[in-house]
Amino acid sequence: MSTQQKELESLVNRRYEHGFVTDIEQESLPPGLDEDVIRAISARKNEPEFMLEWRLKAYRHWLTIKEPEWAHVHHHPINYQDISYFSAPKSDKDRPQSLDEVDPKLLETYDKLGIPLHERARLAGVAVDAVFDSVSVATTFKDKLSEAGVIFCPFSEAVVEHPALLQKYLGTVVPHRDNFFAALNSAVFSDGSFVYIPKGVRCPMELSTYFRINAANTGQFERTLIIADEGSHVSYLEGCTAPMRDENQLHAAVVELVALEDAEIKYSTVQNWYPGDEDGKGGIYNFVTKRGDCRGANSKISWTQVETGSAITWKYPSCILRGENSVGEFYSVAVTNNLQQADTGTKMIHIGRNSSSTIVSKGISAGHAQQSYRGLVRVMPQAEGARNHTQCDSLLIGKECGAHTFPYMEVRNSGAKVEHEATTSRISENQLFYCRQRGISEEDAVNMIVNGFCKEVFKELPMEFAVEAQALLNVSLEGAVG
Amino acid sequence: MSKMLEIENLKARIAGNEILTGLNLVVSTGEVHAIMGPNGSGKSTLAQVIAGHADYDVTEGSVKFDGNDLLELEPEERAREGIFLGFQYPVEIPGVNNAYLLKAAVNAKRKHVGMDEIDAFEFLKLAREKMALLDMDQSFLNRGVNEGFSGGEKKRNEILQMAMLEPKLAILDETDSGLDIDALKAVANGVNALRHADRAIVLVTHYQRLLDYIEPDFVHVLSKGQIVRSGDKSLALELEEKGYEWVREVANA
Repeated sequence: MSTQQKELESLVNRRYEHGFVTDIEQESLPPGLDEDVIRAISARKNEPEFMLEWRLKAYRHWLTIKEPEWAHVHHHPINYQDISYFSAPKSDKDRPQSLDEVDPKLLETYDKLGIPLHERARLAGVAVDAVFDSVSVATTFKDKLSEAGVIFCPFSEAVVEHPALLQKYLGTVVPHRDNFFAALNSAVFSDGSFVYIPKGVRCPMELSTYFRINAANTGQFERTLIIADEGSHVSYLEGCTAPMRDENQLHAAVVELVALEDAEIKYSTVQNWYPGDEDGKGGIYNFVTKRGDCRGANSKISWTQVETGSAITWKYPSCILRGENSVGEFYSVAVTNNLQQADTGTKMIHIGRNSSSTIVSKGISAGHAQQSYRGLVRVMPQAEGARNHTQCDSLLIGKECGAHTFPYMEVRNSGAKVEHEATTSRISENQLFYCRQRGISEEDAVNMIVNGFCKEVFKELPMEFAVEAQALLNVSLEGAVG
Repeated sequence: MSKMLEIENLKARIAGNEILTGLNLVVSTGEVHAIMGPNGSGKSTLAQVIAGHADYDVTEGSVKFDGNDLLELEPEERAREGIFLGFQYPVEIPGVNNAYLLKAAVNAKRKHVGMDEIDAFEFLKLAREKMALLDMDQSFLNRGVNEGFSGGEKKRNEILQMAMLEPKLAILDETDSGLDIDALKAVANGVNALRHADRAIVLVTHYQRLLDYIEPDFVHVLSKGQIVRSGDKSLALELEEKGYEWVREVANA
């Protein structure tokens, strides 16, 4: 039995494939954070005054608050003065206008990741706004999008080109005072994506951004804002991987979604940041604030996430269901292996009449990993007829890992319907033996069982992303312990 | 006819308890063997050891398959070489589509023998053919593996997998237990359809009943981890008549 156990463990402990560092010269600010650093970031980006003021306001607030400690994760204290808050590839000055002009080394990096950008763009008809170390270096299909009136650009460009839209919506979903990491992000955010879909427009293609973190000791502070105006529709894909590094890398992104009347936003994430080695050394700290505001009647926001990476994940993509009949959805697969820790879930805040929400959370733990589902369903008194269904399933692989569930429900309307279902199961040696007796290798058997477990979430992902997500899961969890 | 499975002085234990105590058995191509015996005599252990279950330790003896050492191989390698075990208690694998498992199994074997993967149409055609033989509803393919299946459905599903994989050696562990007469006939149909000069079948069973439908060439009686008697199908009838108490007496004599 014990040799079997060892073999299984060796399968689980497969090394991260995407660990490498691209040698592109960095133009970074020295480590440390004060008002001058913020001014320097703002100046480098040629930001208008309002943006600098906003950053400073956030920074001053951040100084007054403490890092939250309630999450079910453990890590050494982060020294925020050891982090460099800005880095950009040197080629920033003369930005490439097309993929041909992109640094070949960068393209090579994408190739190593199995993301041939040009091919992906051509085959899938996806416009890609590739964020590489804080500055966007490739934007495609811009013409087609602008024909439809869609704005899809780096955040820093939006600050300069579309200040009115930005001022109207920035920080209205995740205010700079929201939480410690959101405040930090608001002060120092480097870049990210900005999307505006005009009234009645169905975005002609899926919008996609690939993020990478590539500079040692550099915090990555992305900021994304997506606005779907009345009756519009957009599907946004976010995917990321990171190279191997020894220092822990802090990532504190903020994503704000605004859906006006009859609008729909579908936001899909595949996250594969470096999780650290077997001892948990060197992985990414992923402290993200993602929130969508269903501001208008009949609006819909759907979060789908596949989380396999990072040493620590602290992430709760949420929906504020303000509009009447608005719909919020959260579909999640989270995988933790080795010493990875994840505290993730969602919040559904029901304010509008007949608002409804669906939560499907699938957690998979292997090795010594700890994973928590933390979900809040809040029904406000005015949310007449609100409905929620939560399904929260955990799959354990091996005997050393843990799964925890913290569902919070605050229902202040007696007519609301709130349902919660939860299961915990384990991949058994008998299941694996059964598959192996049919000629299927242990690895393939685990993948098969895990994919079966995640089916409900994968079917929510856009096709090409679903394939990628499945492959990612297989890499993250090769093998299992019964 | 050539020797396919050769078991010599096999001793195996689980959790420190010796279950097989020096078992000898030779199965040749084209033969159907029935292994009978009281509960705890080691019938299922024999099946599990041949399939390679890690809970069992082989302490002595040898098992050869087509002249090669079988005990060296991983369970999946044994399966790809053509050994199929019909489980007494097939496990449920929720969420995994039955068709998906079947196809993965068929392809693992095809890959092993250097064939291309089966295409979706060919697979479906083959599966439907075999299911008709077993009187199985098409909807089986789209259900989770054994998920919520009745006892009879699980056993039919085992035979379906066997029919799809066309093994050289099929070991059916108590495939008849818990089956009503219709299911038993359907299962027997499936097994009989697979009888072939190049193939061998080992039926592990507690009761003679199955042998009314699948006629064995040899019957062996297992007691305390050894084969204590071998004969033709009349031995099964004798056993049915005299009961296992008789076997114990023979074994002790």
